[in-house]
Amino acid sequence: MRRLLLPLLLFGCVFLVPEVAHAVRISELTDSTMMDRAVRFFTFRDASLRNALIGSMLLGICCGLMGTFLVVRKLALMGDALSHAVLPGVALGFLWNMAKDPLAIFIGATIAGLLGAGTIQLIRNTTRHKEDAALGFVLASFFGVGICLFTMIQNVPGGNKSGLDKFMFGQAASLGRGDVWLLAVIAVLAVGTVAIFYKEYTITSFDAGFARSLGMPVQIFHYSLMLLLAFAIVSSLQAVGVVLVSAMLVIPAAAAFMLTDRLGIMLLLAAIFGLCSGAVGAFFSFVGRNLPTGPFMVLAAAAVFAIALFFGPRHGIVSRWWRQRSRSARVQRENTLKAIYHVLEGNEFRSEHVSLRELAERRRETLEDVQRQLTAVRRTGFVTLFSDAVTFTPSGWQRACEIVRNHRLWELYLTNAAHIAADHVHEDAEKIEHILGEDAVRQLEKRLNYARRDPHGKLIPGIEDISLGSIPQPADRATGFGPAPH
Amino acid sequence: MNAPDSSSTPLEVHDLTVAYHKKPVLYGIDLQVPEGSLIGIIGPNGAGKSTFIKAVMGLLPVSSGWVKIFGKSYRENCHRVGYMPQRESVDWDFPVSVMDVVLMGRYGRLRLAQRPTKQDREIARNCLEKVKMLPFANRQIGNLSGGQQQRVFLARALAQESDLYLMDEPFVGVDAATEAAIIALLRELKSRGKTLLVVHHDLASAKEYFDKLILLNMRLVAFGDTDEVFTPEILQTTYGGRLTILSEVAQTLSTTP
Repeated sequence: MRRLLLPLLLFGCVFLVPEVAHAVRISELTDSTMMDRAVRFFTFRDASLRNALIGSMLLGICCGLMGTFLVVRKLALMGDALSHAVLPGVALGFLWNMAKDPLAIFIGATIAGLLGAGTIQLIRNTTRHKEDAALGFVLASFFGVGICLFTMIQNVPGGNKSGLDKFMFGQAASLGRGDVWLLAVIAVLAVGTVAIFYKEYTITSFDAGFARSLGMPVQIFHYSLMLLLAFAIVSSLQAVGVVLVSAMLVIPAAAAFMLTDRLGIMLLLAAIFGLCSGAVGAFFSFVGRNLPTGPFMVLAAAAVFAIALFFGPRHGIVSRWWRQRSRSARVQRENTLKAIYHVLEGNEFRSEHVSLRELAERRRETLEDVQRQLTAVRRTGFVTLFSDAVTFTPSGWQRACEIVRNHRLWELYLTNAAHIAADHVHEDAEKIEHILGEDAVRQLEKRLNYARRDPHGKLIPGIEDISLGSIPQPADRATGFGPAPH
Repeated sequence: MNAPDSSSTPLEVHDLTVAYHKKPVLYGIDLQVPEGSLIGIIGPNGAGKSTFIKAVMGLLPVSSGWVKIFGKSYRENCHRVGYMPQRESVDWDFPVSVMDVVLMGRYGRLRLAQRPTKQDREIARNCLEKVKMLPFANRQIGNLSGGQQQRVFLARALAQESDLYLMDEPFVGVDAATEAAIIALLRELKSRGKTLLVVHHDLASAKEYFDKLILLNMRLVAFGDTDEVFTPEILQTTYGGRLTILSEVAQTLSTTP
């Protein structure tokens, strides 16, 4: 009980103390140290800071969800083109009543965005140009118009232009109450639409032709998605900036794509990654004295992407490398087991031990190398090692028999069924022996009529040999092999 | 002509003409497909075989003519049609599982925003079982071989439980054993009174697989029982080069502003 009290008290101090007592405008905080600012961020006291943080997290969710559909539909560049195309709309929204009115700017930007999307469609349908050229054209020309309009606004006297310059690189701190409400509405709309029509958006993204054959209004789903995308872009502009909003669309979704192969999970992960990137971006922007937010958000998202790239369980580079390493270590161990078997076989199973020297001669390696390999094999419990003699444990004997059987079966299969010369099959069998599963072995045995001799005349250990012991078996764990019971 | 009751005719096509960018690819197709038959659509490359079945479903804009499915327009009767597109038509890296794809065959029967029910899942599982892909139900579709992907698409079409099936090259990229299994499934569907139209490119097996053949080469060359239309003369007409004047005029049409 008492252990719970302290955190509760701390929690109360931080969150429940009336905000009036602490309310300080961000602009008055310029003299505090970085540490102070970090503490201030985490204590969540300033209203404007709360706006910045909540807004950034909401936009992360919107961008993550919409970005997922862009990535799986291979439309990643569409986000880039649309985000640049909305710039003239922002300027016109401002010119409407010479003020930074969230709604006017939202409407203006959405119209510009849709106009951009329409232009792309028009170029693609009426000219020989493919999507990429259309995207490039719309991106640059709309952006150019936007820049011209912005320069014009700067030169026009009057009006409250503060904060307008933030549209380029983003500033979460400039988010007002209205902006956050707008973001909240868009986020609810995006999450709701995707959740309700998940089935429809999945099938129209995956196989539009099939969806149309079912009588689904594919075009409506496509355009509603594009509209939601435009909403997400426009409402995020102020915090991330025109230049980088496309990165917030693509990067969290691309990171999520590397971690899963289910669309539902990908949507969830992308939203979470977007949310975290938004929060981290807002934090650094605040701690670094109102640095632009967009670049920090994008860097945070890129860090998530890098982690997914390297450490993703299935497709990650490090994980793949690790799997490859453990596989080659296993192959190495199994080759050692096989070599021990070969030495025993060379002695016609008269002895149950193999000396390190025999093994080294067989493998054409130094004693030290053999010693090192045996140590690795011993750790798996397949052999026991007394001074310089190696003995199989029962499980080691079984595994060695299996490897040798796999090798010889495969050689026989290649010579008999694929008609490859007997002296060509060894190299291939060296690889296959480690990956043949029991099912494949049963099939091979059946296909080869349970043959007992490989192409070189050597015995193929069968399942009866391993369990019944028609070739020598380890009599018990301590002594290794006993004579064959005939 | 036929009996006046057209609602038992799975597919009726009248004067169907399709053009890509003003260039005609199919001319005036007239066709009445009887119920309960397994029909192959054959013809050389670029003859408009895929175009034909896509146009039937309204996936391509039609320049003239009309299509009736069991006596009604496609839109009214689309729930009675099952479709198996070409394997290359989708991105196999898309993050969905085999089960998700087969369930899509049920979407046509679900209302807007309605989730697949337990019964839908049961049907999807049965269809996967039929194509022997049930063990792969939870795999991501990109981890399958070409033949397995083809079988997933077949299972999705089966899950539609339709009366008329349109299949675009279901035998591409499958091994001989799978091909035999697929044709057995198609025959079983036929024996249950379903009608199947199958785009096929291998002449050698066409004679053996199908009761009827549609021979296409920009226009309908012949349609009838396999024994009657699988003759050297008709095949020569179908495959013996393009009709030069027809394709030249088509070319001119597409370049005229």
